[in-house]
Parts: sequence; structure tokens; C-alpha cells
Amino acid sequence: MFDDISALTLARAQFAFTVSFHFIFPAFSIGLASYLAVLEALWLRTKNEVYLNLFKYWLKIFALAFAMGVVSGITMSYQFGTNWSVFSDKAGPIIGPLMAYEVMTAFFLEAGFLGVMLFGMNRVGPKLHFMATLAVAVGTFISAFWILSANSWMQTPRGFTMNDAGQFVPADWLAIIFNPSFPYRLVHTVLGAYLTTALVVGAVGAWHLLKDKTNAGARVMFNMAMGLVAVAAPIQIFAGDMHGLNTLEHQPAKVMAMEGHFESHPDGAPLILFGIPDQKAGEVRAQIAIPKASSLILKHDLDAPLAGLDTVPREDWPPVPIVFWSFRIMVGLGMLMLGLGAFSVLARVRRSLYDWPLLHRFALVMGPAGFVAVLAGWVTTEVGRQPFTVYGLLRTAHSAAPLDAPAVAASLLAFVIVYFVVFSAGTGYILKLMSHAPHPGEPGLEESPGQPVRTAGITPAPGIHHAAEGDAS
Amino acid sequence: MSPALDLPTVWAFIIAFAVFAYVVMDGFDLGIGILFPTFKPGRERDSAMNSVAPVWDGNETWLVLGGGGLMAAFPLAYAIILPALYAPIIVMLLALIFRGVAFEFRWRDPAHRAFWDVAFTGGSIIGTLAQGVTLGALLQGITVEGRQYAGGWWDWLTPFSLLTGVSLVVGYAFLGATWLVMKTEGDVQAHVRRMAGWLGAGTIGLIGVVSAVTPFLKGAYYENWFAWPNVLLTAQVPLLVLVGTVLFFRSLMRGHEYWPFLLALGLFGLSFVGLGISMFPYVVPGAVTIWQAAAPDSSLIFMLVGAVVLVPIILTYTGYAYWVFRGKVGHEGYH
Repeated sequence: MFDDISALTLARAQFAFTVSFHFIFPAFSIGLASYLAVLEALWLRTKNEVYLNLFKYWLKIFALAFAMGVVSGITMSYQFGTNWSVFSDKAGPIIGPLMAYEVMTAFFLEAGFLGVMLFGMNRVGPKLHFMATLAVAVGTFISAFWILSANSWMQTPRGFTMNDAGQFVPADWLAIIFNPSFPYRLVHTVLGAYLTTALVVGAVGAWHLLKDKTNAGARVMFNMAMGLVAVAAPIQIFAGDMHGLNTLEHQPAKVMAMEGHFESHPDGAPLILFGIPDQKAGEVRAQIAIPKASSLILKHDLDAPLAGLDTVPREDWPPVPIVFWSFRIMVGLGMLMLGLGAFSVLARVRRSLYDWPLLHRFALVMGPAGFVAVLAGWVTTEVGRQPFTVYGLLRTAHSAAPLDAPAVAASLLAFVIVYFVVFSAGTGYILKLMSHAPHPGEPGLEESPGQPVRTAGITPAPGIHHAAEGDAS
Repeated sequence: MSPALDLPTVWAFIIAFAVFAYVVMDGFDLGIGILFPTFKPGRERDSAMNSVAPVWDGNETWLVLGGGGLMAAFPLAYAIILPALYAPIIVMLLALIFRGVAFEFRWRDPAHRAFWDVAFTGGSIIGTLAQGVTLGALLQGITVEGRQYAGGWWDWLTPFSLLTGVSLVVGYAFLGATWLVMKTEGDVQAHVRRMAGWLGAGTIGLIGVVSAVTPFLKGAYYENWFAWPNVLLTAQVPLLVLVGTVLFFRSLMRGHEYWPFLLALGLFGLSFVGLGISMFPYVVPGAVTIWQAAAPDSSLIFMLVGAVVLVPIILTYTGYAYWVFRGKVGHEGYH
């Protein structure tokens, strides 16, 4: 029995570890692919070389982030089977086809055109190359669509019946795909990815502006990034609020954990800003709370009653402290993003976007904030789904493979070691690329000094290449 | 259920196609990784890697389709096979991580290029070995109780699974060598042409050994191959392997550039057909048939619509990507 429990815990740790590491890369590459498409479109339209230089600058970073996303993602598609075979057997008829569509509509599209995007500019010419970039960018979004649909179905399952083998049998695919939490989760997550990228781009721009405020590339990237943060941060807070209301409707226990509401409040629930949730005792210690504010936010009525976890059987409680804290981290960072956006608007009004070091330092510090917020949000929603894999229907404890603790422990250890070696090296290379200031004549992937051209084949397209240069000049 | 459209059979063929596409396409990528130490550091290694850098990612995606498709179309098989092959699959995933990032990292870090070259080769060899072991462990049979794997954690490790593991390493190296015959020139080409001869002989010999052993494993393999009158049909497979072998060595001797690779693909294709003859209609040999493991029709139809439309489109733009990077690989610039 002890072995069962620890094997399950280890399998959960392994999934949490590998998915968190994986999620970092798509959270960045979804936004970055779109940013690259915008840069290339601006270059094609204006023929301004600064956009092409920025495109090449970020393309090198994208290549690294994308490769790490791919290799860490393959792990995920097999881990459902190795560690969660009962879940796969039972939910496979629904989750499997959604993921198969992700592979067929997104992964192949991204991978198929990535080679052209990275190494093909001189071979296919700028217009076809732009199509390749666009295909990769669209692919990242389609990928988010399917995987978030699958994830949302686990949160708010719809459109199925059960068969004798205990499998979920699809009955209505539209109801499955567009399950109730999906539209909210999709918008909130994709906006999160865009904000994450904008904060990274903004921080890199800010870092180089702090060193040289005349750097044209740094100015353009900082300008674009701050514009996106200023617009997207308030929309994201609104979208998050809507997502929260949707969760309250379909997964009230998750919201109770986020709010730290162990007790029901028949006439207006307080908004607990901070406190120390004690799951065993069922109370939040040392809390600082605003009376009735939670009812105002969740029900738009100061005196609206809100049920607490005391209305939920204890065996169905999610781990409250984790959800409570991860939610506060996400919201706190969201508020800081809103602040950064507002600060940048003020700087624009004062015409000092490029020469206000305090703003640049703020943007620099906020560089990693998107990653932390996205992960914290993910933890909130996934841990908040516990103790179920398919909400209300299939318990996590009944989803695992017939696991052996030593086997899971050994593989978890191997994952931890390999991920730290590989992904810290990769992150180091990305930071090294970012530390170089963008400059005119930025080398591309095919033509970086000190390394051979990586394009395969002997059929160059010099005519197209020169025509493009002719257009540009 | 009309025999004209038996959905589990259709899906068995689609997944077999995805696995085969993976085996041949990532097969030559991994083969290049296996052969990597035999190239001189510098331009030889660079051009070997350049020859697959733009396409390896797409090639590896077939592995995701194979795994994801198995979960979607045959969830019970996925749920039994993956826990049974826990160790080799985890090892394969970790090895493919090193192999994949090496494509980018070795260019970003000249100071540690030797390390990432080792990661590239090590990842390729271990990843391939694990895939071959997985295949052998599946063929030799898996202990099933109810809807779950019921064997031990080391059941996969047998002389037979090690044999299939080593065979696949030799086979992928063979594919990689013939790919490079097609993509390189000069000294490198002469080198890989020699390698292709040895590896071709090794691969064909190992195909023979594995084929000779397989019918005597437990399961219905003997029956599938030698029952009369099926044997008239199944006997064509080894005969065609012999024909392919002769044609391969002839084309290699005559200095052909494309034929050795295409014939190597043909030999892999025949081995794969042989595998299909052995296994069909089981997806977990001796335990679970494709009909027992199949997802409900509503899942299979929903996916089939997508697959019928999307797989031809995927093949078209994959072909386009290969076309863009056609011809001999360069080790230096042409700008």
C-alpha cells in the first residue's frame, strides 16, 4: 500500500515536472512566432532593414526555444501511456483524437515549414519565406487550440457516454471540443503567451537601451513590446476575471481553494488578500481580508452568498495552499504587468519612452514575469482540478499505470538530471544571444560568422536573393 | 460491420504507415548520428549534419503521430504496451532529447562542440537501440491481465530484444549511409559508400537472423507465415528481400547515387511488411487484437475524416520542404 501511494506521488511529480518544463517553451514560442511573422511582414511592406535585422536576431533565439519545446513535448505524448495508462485507456477515445488532430493540423505544419523558415530565405525568396513563417506561427496557435481543448475537457467534460469497459465514448464532438471552459482557457492562455513574449522582448530591448539608447533595433523592439503589454495586460485581467467566473460555475471547489474560502459566507464573502491556509484545520490563518469584496468580484453583489469548502466532501478538496498561493502569484504579476503597461503609456505621453532608465529597469526586471505567471496560472488550474484527472468522474489515484515506485523514481531522477543539463545549457545559449545588441547586418542562421552555412543542397537562388536586396535598397 | 470499411483495420494501416514513415525518415537522421564519429570534425561533420538539419524536426513528428495515434485509435493497446516497455521508452525519450537539441546547440557553443557531438551520437545510438529493444520486447509478447500490463519491470530485456536493438542500430546506420551517398560528394561520399556496403551486408544478415527467430517465438507467428496456402504469399517477402539485396549491391558498385537509398528504403519496407504479417491482427502479440483494443467507432470516424484530408496535405508540404533543400549538401556558404 505504501508503495502504491509513493509511486502515485512520484508519477504526479514526474508529470508536473516535465509538463512545467515543457510549458515554458511553447509559452514563449507561440508569441515569438507571431512576433517574427509581424517583423517579417513589416520588413516586406516597408523594406526597412531594421525589421529584417530584428527578424534574424529573434529567429536565432526562436530556433533554440522551438527545439527545446519539441523534444520536451515528445516526452509528454508518451508519458500518458507509461505513467497514466488507466487514464489513457479510459479517456483515450476522447483525449487521443484531440491530440491526433493537434499532431495532424499543427505539429506537422510547424515542423514542415520550420526548416524553410530557419534556413530557406535564400532558396525560396522573401515572399514564400514569409508564408513559411506564417505557417509556423499559425501552427503554434492551432497547437494551443487542440491541447487546450483536451485539457479543458478534463476540467469540464461534456459530450460523452460511458461503455461497459469504463471508457468515455464520444457522443458529440462539438460539445467535446467546445466544452464550457475551453473558450475562456484558450483566450486566457494565448494572451498569457503573448504577454510572456512581449515581456521578454521588452526586457531585451530595455537592457540594450540602458547601454545605448540610440540603438535602432533596441528602440523598435522595446516600443513594440511595451505597446503590446499596455494593450494586452488590461485585456488579460478582464479575460482572467471571465475565466474565473466560468470556473465558479463549473468547478466551484477550485475557486474556493483560490479564494481560501474554507467556510461558507451566507451574506457576503471577504476577499482574502494574504494568509496562511491550513488544509488540515480548514482555515486561513493570519489573514488580511477585505470584507464582502470576494462576493463583489465573483457575484457583482456585496451581500451575495458564497459557499465554501465546508459544502464539499473533504476527499474532493484540492490541495488548498498550493492553489491559494499560485493564484496570488499569478494575479500579483498580472497587476505588475498592468503597471508596466501604464508606465510605458506615461512615458509615451512624456515622449521619453527611450530615455527613462527607471522604465527600462522595470521592464528588465519584468522580463521573466510572464513565465512565472503562466506557470502559476497553470498550477492554479491543474492543481485546482485535483483530486480528479477528468473532473468529478475519474480520480487521479485511479488513473495511474500499475506503477512500481523504484521504476518511477529512477525515471523521475533521470528526467530531472537531463532536463537541468539540457535546458539550462539551452537557456544559457538564449541569454548569450540576447546579450548581443541587435545591429545592422544581423547574421541569419544560414550565414552566422564562424559557422558554416547549414542549408543543404547546391541549388542557390541568387537571383531571388539579389532581387530582394535590390527591392530593399 | 461491413468488411469494406472495418475501421480498426483501416486505423491499423494508418498507424503502421505513420510508424513506417517515422522509421525510414528519422531512421536516416539517427543513422547519421550513429555514423557521426566516423567523420572528421569540421567540414565533414558539418555537411553530414547540414543534410538533415532542415528536415529532422518534421521527421520526428511521425513518432508523435505514431504514439498519439495509438492512444487515440487503440487506447487499450497504448495503455498496456507503454507500461510494459517503460524503461526502453523513457530511455528513448531522453536520448532523443540529447539528439534533438544537439542540432542547435553545437552551433551555438563552439567551445563545447565536442560535448554536443557526443550527445548527438550518443543520443542517436541509445535512442535507436531503445526503439529496437521496444520492437523486440513487443514481438516476444507481453503479459496481460484484464486491461493492464501484468509483467515485471525487466521483462523487456531478453537476448531477442537485444538482437532487435542492435539490428536497428545497424539498419539505421545503413539508411544514414545511403542517404549521405545521395547528399554528399568527394571524400565524404567515398567514405559513406564504403560504409553503406558493410552496413548493407550487416543489415540484411540481421534481417535474416531476426526473421529466422521470430516464427519460433510464442504467439501465432509460425502459423501466420507457414500455414498453407498463405505461405505462397508470405514466401514472396524473403524472395523480394533477396532481389532487393542483389539490386542494392549492384547499384552501389556501379556508383549510383539515388538507387542505394531507395533500395535501402525498399528493404526496410519489406521488413515492415514482414512485421505486419507476423503481428496481424494482434496489436499486443498473443494478447489483444486490433478489434479488442480499438477505440469506439465515434472516435475512429472523427479521426478518419481528419486523416483522409490532412495526411495527403502533410505529405505534400513535407515533400515541398525536401524539394527546397534538394541536391548536394554544402559545408560552406554560397552567398
